[in-house]
Amino acid sequence: MRRTAAIVGVGYSGFRSISPDLSYKEMMYEAAAKAYEDAGVDPQRDIESFVSVAEDFNEGTSIFDEYVPDQIGGALKPVHTIPGDGIHGLIAAYMQLLTGAMDIVMVEAHSKASNALTLSDVMAYAMEPIYNRPLGANPHFIAGMEMNRYLHSTGTTEEQCAQVVVKNRGNGFLNPSAAHGARVDLEMVLSSETVFYPLKKLEISSHADGAVVMVLASGEVAEELTSLPIWIRGVGWCNETPSLETRDWEGATYARKSAEMAYGMAGIRHPWQEIDFAEIDDTYAYKELQHMEALNLCRKGEAGHLVQEGATELDGAFPVNPSGGTLGVGHLLDASGLGRALEVVLQLRGEAGERQLGEVETGLAFGWRGVPTTSGAAVVLSV
Amino acid sequence: MSAKIESFPGTPLSQADLDAGKVLTTYWKPKLEYGWDAGVAISRYLEELKNGRIIGIKCSRCRRVVVPPRVVCEWCWEPMNDWVYLQDTGTVNTYSICYIRWDASRAKEPQFPAVIWIDGASNAGFLHLLDEVDPDDVKIGMKVQAVWKPAEERAGSITDIEYFKPL
Repeated sequence: MRRTAAIVGVGYSGFRSISPDLSYKEMMYEAAAKAYEDAGVDPQRDIESFVSVAEDFNEGTSIFDEYVPDQIGGALKPVHTIPGDGIHGLIAAYMQLLTGAMDIVMVEAHSKASNALTLSDVMAYAMEPIYNRPLGANPHFIAGMEMNRYLHSTGTTEEQCAQVVVKNRGNGFLNPSAAHGARVDLEMVLSSETVFYPLKKLEISSHADGAVVMVLASGEVAEELTSLPIWIRGVGWCNETPSLETRDWEGATYARKSAEMAYGMAGIRHPWQEIDFAEIDDTYAYKELQHMEALNLCRKGEAGHLVQEGATELDGAFPVNPSGGTLGVGHLLDASGLGRALEVVLQLRGEAGERQLGEVETGLAFGWRGVPTTSGAAVVLSV
Repeated sequence: MSAKIESFPGTPLSQADLDAGKVLTTYWKPKLEYGWDAGVAISRYLEELKNGRIIGIKCSRCRRVVVPPRVVCEWCWEPMNDWVYLQDTGTVNTYSICYIRWDASRAKEPQFPAVIWIDGASNAGFLHLLDEVDPDDVKIGMKVQAVWKPAEERAGSITDIEYFKPL
């Protein structure tokens, strides 16, 4: 029988569009100190392994993992850093618990997006260098092309995509830690500049600075540490292909495969009924809809209608991105998916303040690595 | 063994072939700029360097005084906020003598990067440069002192100390 494991503590710093008062190390420290306090653990006495998620180009430091241990209490301990989404890091930490070699581990991810002064260039360096990059187009065009094909194949409308922005930035307005909460209406979104047809300016998330830390523990230890462990019921992750020439432009196959793996592990057969809410990547507004369909939360072409009818609002039948998502909270680079998972934990613990959902027992978090990737990771969490 | 082979099969590549563009290669020069926020601890440290002073910080649990300062003791996980001014003298813990520079050019005058444990700190201090010293005279354990830039030239940077010289 597979070991069980749960999230027993969370902490975060941010999220803000700039953070000139704190170094990235101090942001990591703030998030870690809060998570350890929340879990009731001492990092040096109790935590057996530390996983961080970071990308050298985002940090501006090669071999960035070297700069990780001190501020998370990991000095002289097993520490390693992975590139990926924060949920990949959460899964890496979870798997250490599954081995039986560890009982308490932590995962950290952060964003100091404001310190990467040429962040749009860093994004461009994700493009294939020999036969894609020389074309010189701003990589957001990939989202424009994908949105175009998604709308074409599903009949989803531009208004439905714009409604995602209205909802998520509005939810962000109720979240004190969201950097980009705002009351915007449909007309504002639709009349914002078309920057990468059919993608509009307000449909692209803005970055934010911040750090997220979670403490995970194996089943018995988790129950000793807290009366409200948040159980990891299923995880899944998938990369489709880097090839812009051959990939699936319609259905976010990486999300579908990630979800299939996570649902299979969690024993979930009817996600719409068995999951109460979801925090899923909405780096671009249409992505929330495309991801909902790929994650089998509804049928193909249905997500747009659901958002339009209000089914994914805070008081809807299936709330999506109650935190405000990436559009409302801010894009946290490698920490974005862990930010989604953070909200699932807070909602399941009943600690989501004004945006608290009623009666939720199971939530899904899904992260995507952004353009030009087809890399995603999912986690199903339950009380 | 290969010396016995008179002719190799295939067509060898020469530098001239590469120069002539016969091998297809795509070049890209990255544009990467960063502006790191120094944060609470290092901002104070740099501010004091601008003032011509070295400041460290003390852990209330292990009593260690460290420089550069930090907000948490990495050994004790204890928040640190007990600031301590330190001398600008110290001891060379280790050093190297660089005859090749950062850009791989040959150095006429060698550089002496060194770890200097500052007096009053607990086995902590600077990674900095030594100067006013001959390669034959540098020693581990040597006493040294900071040579500061003139006050009006100091900018709140590690280079506000130009180098350390033998005491």
